[in-house]
Amino acid sequence: MSNQVLSCENVTASYGAIQALHGVNLEVNEGEIVVVLGANGAGKTTTLRAICNMVATDGKVTFNGTDISKSDTADIVNAGIAHVPQGRGTFAALTVRENLEVGAYTRTDNEVEADIQMWLEKYPVLGERQKQAAGSLSGGEQQMLAVARAAMSRPKMMLLDEPSLGLAPLIIEDLFQVFAQINKEQGTAMLLVEQNANLALEIAHRGYLLETGEITGSGSAEELRNDPAVQAAYLGA
Amino acid sequence: MQLLIQRIFDGISDGAVYSAIAVALVLIFKATTLINFAQGEMAMLGAFFAYIFAVQSGILDFLGNTYLIIWVAAIIAMVLSAAFGATVERVLTRPFDPEDHLPVVLITLGLFLGINAVAGIVWNYQARIMPSMFPNGADDKIVIFGARLFYDTIGTVVTLGAVLYILFLILNKTKMGLAFRAVSANVESARLVGVRTGRVLSFGWALAAGFGALGAVIVAPRITLQPSMMAAITIYAFASAAVGGLDSVGGAALGGMIVGLTKSLGNGYLGSWHFGLEHPPLEFLPATPLLIPVLILLAVLWYKPSGLFGTKRIERV
Repeated sequence: MSNQVLSCENVTASYGAIQALHGVNLEVNEGEIVVVLGANGAGKTTTLRAICNMVATDGKVTFNGTDISKSDTADIVNAGIAHVPQGRGTFAALTVRENLEVGAYTRTDNEVEADIQMWLEKYPVLGERQKQAAGSLSGGEQQMLAVARAAMSRPKMMLLDEPSLGLAPLIIEDLFQVFAQINKEQGTAMLLVEQNANLALEIAHRGYLLETGEITGSGSAEELRNDPAVQAAYLGA
Repeated sequence: MQLLIQRIFDGISDGAVYSAIAVALVLIFKATTLINFAQGEMAMLGAFFAYIFAVQSGILDFLGNTYLIIWVAAIIAMVLSAAFGATVERVLTRPFDPEDHLPVVLITLGLFLGINAVAGIVWNYQARIMPSMFPNGADDKIVIFGARLFYDTIGTVVTLGAVLYILFLILNKTKMGLAFRAVSANVESARLVGVRTGRVLSFGWALAAGFGALGAVIVAPRITLQPSMMAAITIYAFASAAVGGLDSVGGAALGGMIVGLTKSLGNGYLGSWHFGLEHPPLEFLPATPLLIPVLILLAVLWYKPSGLFGTKRIERV
């Protein structure tokens, strides 16, 4: 248990009278990529929002041994969780560079500028357009920017909410390679929520199945890939 | 020619004040996507703060009429107003769901009536003479092509321009400014990068209230100080902000100038327009020039609903 980064115990969440999560239990260990597979409306986004306390929740969320279930979103980000929301959450009116700057909002060290340069060089598209409004980027570029923005906070853990949504297959492949790379190079743990099970299971170490607000199965990426039920529901086999 | 230049000078002089209040409106709109109906009354309160410090306290009588005191009073008024603005955000608007606009709109309307009524009770509606931050005697002017350009006009434009530039630096060069623009662009994402949105909103209200107070301190000597002094100005400021674009600080500043100039030119050239009638109804006459800014507003909104420099809002549903 010592290397556990995040754990959710019996987490429930509701929007007004509608309960979206009925007691979710999951955990992410240090350096792991964990995928949560589920259909539309299963509660994938809500699970990530519950971790960041962006929705009315109950239950216990522990991050690095600290109970964060009642913490303010800003404190949770400060503690080291970066959340890439569904739809990318681009600051459309800000420039590409400012999007990266604001990603480092919680940091006080003096390596922010070096990190910005690193990302601008890593993705030349962002580098070329660093002074343009981020809203002028294409969907794939905005997703790259969203990931870079999240990485700018130097998080211990990233929450990725359906990053493949609405992107072309080749771009999705690039994007998942980037996740694998960040995970490998910086040891960032990741909780990835996806419908694109094929690619997600390729880079993930473990996975959970989420159905109508409840975890209905879990296993290693290998086990899930070979599970006939998963194949039928998510892998189109 | 002389008359034209004169009317342009007059328009700039009025327009600068509309710009100040319009910029204040835009700051709060950017932060909350709401119009603060109490903006003008909050600015009026600021002018009273300056008056209390400079005149009512007797400092001005005691030290003689020095501009320094009035400038210090203006700065004190800006600081107190900023604190008041931040308090309004914290106490009156933050408890409400930011997605639900109606309660907060009603609160700003209530605040408008409340501040006006309380000011009426405390200070009554009698007009007071407010000393100016600039030399404003009949001879404090330069003459260009026969038109009088008063120091008061120059001072107003330079001072508000300088403060607008400082505002620009705060918004674009500081971390708090970046956070403010981030909240303005996408509240949810701002929270997810660790911005404490509540503090940023308080900051926006404080900036707006401080800036508005300066506008009121500057205009009070021209129109005398009393609780209803900002009513007409606020309406022109609404039009200015809408012409420039409700989410553009620069647009609001320019919008104020456009409204000020069209009003002054309209007043000058159409003030004697009699609708082709030999005996026009008297109540029409003062209203004619007021029509011009409204027509400009209508034309801008017709062709560009988000204002000249506003961003079109596109929302995913």
